[in-house]
Amino acid sequence: MRDFDYIRPATIPDAIAAAAEPGSAYLAGGTNLLDLMKGGIASPERIVDISRLPELNRIERLDDGGVRIGALVRNADLAYDPEFAKSYPAVAEALLSGASAQLRNAATVGGNLLQRTRCSYFYDTASACNRREPGAGCDALEGENRLHAVLGWSDACIATHPSDFCVPLVALDAVVEIEGKKGRRHVTLEEFHRLPGETPQRENALEPGDLIVAVRLPAEAASFSANARYLKVRERTSYAFAVVSAAAALVVDGGKIRAARLALGGVAAKPWRARSAEAVLLGADANEATFASAADAALADASPSGDNAFKIELARRIVVRALISALSGTPKRLPALPASPFSNIPGVRHDA
Amino acid sequence: MTSLPITLTINGHRHELEVDPRVTLLDLLRERLDLTGTKKGCDRGQCGACTVLVDGKRINSCLALAVSHDGAQVLTIEGVAHGEELHPVQAAFIAHDGFQCGFCTPGQIMSTLGLIAEGQAGDDPERIREGLSGNICRCAAYGGIVEAVLEAQQQLAKADRRTAA
Repeated sequence: MRDFDYIRPATIPDAIAAAAEPGSAYLAGGTNLLDLMKGGIASPERIVDISRLPELNRIERLDDGGVRIGALVRNADLAYDPEFAKSYPAVAEALLSGASAQLRNAATVGGNLLQRTRCSYFYDTASACNRREPGAGCDALEGENRLHAVLGWSDACIATHPSDFCVPLVALDAVVEIEGKKGRRHVTLEEFHRLPGETPQRENALEPGDLIVAVRLPAEAASFSANARYLKVRERTSYAFAVVSAAAALVVDGGKIRAARLALGGVAAKPWRARSAEAVLLGADANEATFASAADAALADASPSGDNAFKIELARRIVVRALISALSGTPKRLPALPASPFSNIPGVRHDA
Repeated sequence: MTSLPITLTINGHRHELEVDPRVTLLDLLRERLDLTGTKKGCDRGQCGACTVLVDGKRINSCLALAVSHDGAQVLTIEGVAHGEELHPVQAAFIAHDGFQCGFCTPGQIMSTLGLIAEGQAGDDPERIREGLSGNICRCAAYGGIVEAVLEAQQQLAKADRRTAA
């Protein structure tokens, strides 16, 4: 690990001023940054430790019915907050399906949004990677790429965004609260992460010094609490990133879908909001045929970026199954294996 | 970079230290303080061998900069037993063959202490397995580990009832 200056600012403005200098990186939980620094993928000259900044570790209920989650709230603290988990069960389920208990105790809300792809060519500094080194090329294109993107990819980069947490958040219209040199601004999570295009190194809407201070969910997000699930296929039962995942949330009345939210994980360089599928669901009968049409709409623009055509059909099936499980109702208690297809879901065929 | 002064309370003992900011909590424990019970497996947060409790919560000490935890209370495997008397979790790991080579065991035991304190798994073996999935055992002693956790919880609950009575 290269040498770096370590500073621990006492206030948000001090942190922003320090981090705006070239070569700076914020440190919060450190679970991704330290891994990147040990591997030589990130080598900041200055670490700005924000882990003790005041007021960023609170979960606040807003007067308008929404919730404001401080950027330093730990993943485990958020997932096990009883009121939060009751109102936003798919978010809690996604959090608990990610990483390990040790990592969830350290990893923060803001850091989860900013975690880097786990593409093995991004991690291997001997490989060409446009995301790590603009213009270097992409060894994933002709490499081991069965887990890479099937939506929104470009010839410059086929990596995926690894977050579980962000998938139900983007489905529920989360907003990122950012403080920077010019003050505070709000960016929707859907707009926060960028698709690679020709500039995969530009991963999100942050400018130098910008600090995520909170993530907000609007009041409407809680209206799905009775029918909201997260489903995640992994290559082992636990402690693995998604091959494909989906967050599904419904409001159903008299057999008709009155409101619907759907997002996919593991398929693109950003958490993928499936608005065309939501349009299919809205007003339709809540049944498997409707869900299959929605899945087709969600994957209509998908194409393999390598040996990963299977992910497109897998994603369709995960969408259908996530919607069926949402329709069958949020369980009173999360299953022993959160978001796992190995958990028994009433009304869902095991081969669905 | 010059060294920075920090204070850590480790297994009840206060330490005032000067540390290079690059030093992880894991390397500080092992290389500076000779607390080698905490193991370095992958050093990348993937195996759980380095698990310790920081302010009561289990974390991977390999992914924690020591300077960032200035002022923290740290519990390592060396601080778990009471003198010669094993902690019920340690005794249960022995009774149920919850290890073979033993390299992952300090991390497994510290993770178990965290799991029990969190109170989410109860006596459901599936929830215990899921709750300990951040601790890899290459000898695959998982069956014994889950039995050990179940028994340790029962012993601790009995001890609690005795204390209450």
